[in-house]
Amino acid sequence: MSAWRSAGLLTGAAITALMVAVALVALVWTPYPPTAIDIPHKLAGLSAAHPLGTDPLGRDVLSMLMAGAHASLSVALIAVVVGAGLGVPLGALAAARGGWMDDALMRAADLAFAFPALLTAVMITALAGPGAANAMLAIGIFNIPVFARVTRGSARGLWQRDFVLAARTSGRGDIAITVLHILPNIAAVLLVQATIQFALAIVAEAGLSYVGLGTQPPQPSWGRMLNDAQTYIFRAPLLAVFPGAAITLSVLGLNLLGDGLQDLLDPRVRRQR
Amino acid sequence: MTALLQVENLVRRYTLPRPRLFAAAPMLTVLHGIDLQMPRGGSLGIVGESGSGKSTLARTVLALDRPQAGRVVLDGNDLFALSRPELRAARRHIQAVFQDPYGSLDPRLRVGRIVAEPVAALEPGAGTAARRERVAAILNAVGLPGHAAERYPHEFSGGQRQRIAIARALITRPALVVADEPVSALDVSVQAQVLALMRDLQASFGLAWLFISHDLSVVRGITAQVAVLYRGRIVEQGATAEVFARPMHPYTRALIDAVPRIGRPRALPPPPPAEAALRGCAYAARCPQRQARCLTEPPALSAGDHAAACHFPL
Repeated sequence: MSAWRSAGLLTGAAITALMVAVALVALVWTPYPPTAIDIPHKLAGLSAAHPLGTDPLGRDVLSMLMAGAHASLSVALIAVVVGAGLGVPLGALAAARGGWMDDALMRAADLAFAFPALLTAVMITALAGPGAANAMLAIGIFNIPVFARVTRGSARGLWQRDFVLAARTSGRGDIAITVLHILPNIAAVLLVQATIQFALAIVAEAGLSYVGLGTQPPQPSWGRMLNDAQTYIFRAPLLAVFPGAAITLSVLGLNLLGDGLQDLLDPRVRRQR
Repeated sequence: MTALLQVENLVRRYTLPRPRLFAAAPMLTVLHGIDLQMPRGGSLGIVGESGSGKSTLARTVLALDRPQAGRVVLDGNDLFALSRPELRAARRHIQAVFQDPYGSLDPRLRVGRIVAEPVAALEPGAGTAARRERVAAILNAVGLPGHAAERYPHEFSGGQRQRIAIARALITRPALVVADEPVSALDVSVQAQVLALMRDLQASFGLAWLFISHDLSVVRGITAQVAVLYRGRIVEQGATAEVFARPMHPYTRALIDAVPRIGRPRALPPPPPAEAALRGCAYAARCPQRQARCLTEPPALSAGDHAAACHFPL
């Protein structure tokens, strides 16, 4: 593995770790309460008291960003958990059974892919009512076919391998083989896919919040901060820069991490060492 | 005395993909009614070229594939008539060694767990300590050090991996082990070692080998009986030494002659397309002794210890 690749992995891991740390710290401490309105100090520039300034209602931008990290990451995490939690078993089932079960599940996945994910997530939240919980579900639903496809694709090849035949002659059933032999061998692929889906989920959450369907006020979120900043784009352009940078940085970090992990865990690369 | 393994009229067809959406799916018959018998502690070689149905036969005997017709009777139990738990119980007595020593061991598991898998799956009563003891004993029996159990498959050579696969096959002390091309992926010098090990284990464990190979010299070295498979039919069977010394079927003759030797061209012509053998003898299109009768009437396997399916045996 080249030094450049491992630099990407380390950078990605560092950025992701930073985001997670900020989100966790925001649970117990932010410089100001992120929802505290302080009209006299509205639209303050960068200062020692407010390192990233304040918004039109005088709320501290750094505190809002920190609390927003928590909102974004938790929505994205749950969306990925929902997607993987249902998608991986379905994909594994399709690979194990084959035949009509495989056909039916994969055509259902095709059908889900035929809908533009973000637009349908907008529709789901509009129908079910806006809010963080519904945003998690709406994004999670579109992760299910992604994980099902990836799981099925990687598992399918493994089912042809002799060690699976050996497990069958040892009397293992489909479920035992999936748990003991298939999943451990595709864990790396799934982990990489999870980091990519996590990045997409952050963007999706920001998008839903931007149009007002995701995290609801007064709970801060990066997407809504961007929307609020629009009105003041000429008076206080930095208000849009900070949440935009936070979204970009976390997505970049997760993608670098996913890329790096892929190289690290690729069995062909591993075998050469 | 009943046979350990009795295969009766085994027929296996594969469904091919439909050529068009509403066309009937074509079928490919891979095994045309195979009959085999093996005594306890015996060894039977199945030889044939690529596509003769050897591996399908192995998978069907192992009850991994369900045949369209016929029975596989192991120790008096018809494997395809058993219920799931009964089949699981029967699997203790029939185990397998596969061809590719790099593909037959799960790369994510330590050798100890790989070798113990049949015990873990088939003998739920066996405790961890007992299992570990049996793994150590069986690794020793196949000539591997005890600390091999702590390592991963990629730390071993091809020959050592095949020893691990043999250890896994023997840990439940099966009566029959089906070995599908077990040495064809190994170097010639390693082949000899593994074959010698397999012969020793046959005696010390009292087990029977169903040994499938395209390599005549390998089959000659390890099996007492041999059956020659051509296009899913047994064309000749008998004692190995007898069949190789005095082949009765022209195909067996051609296989023996096809072993490359310096100064002689390879004798086996390429196989004709499958449709050529719809009627008559499946081998007729390639047979140098072909007569008119061969094209119209399929030959039956003759009676006797050394039998051949040929109208005009050599």
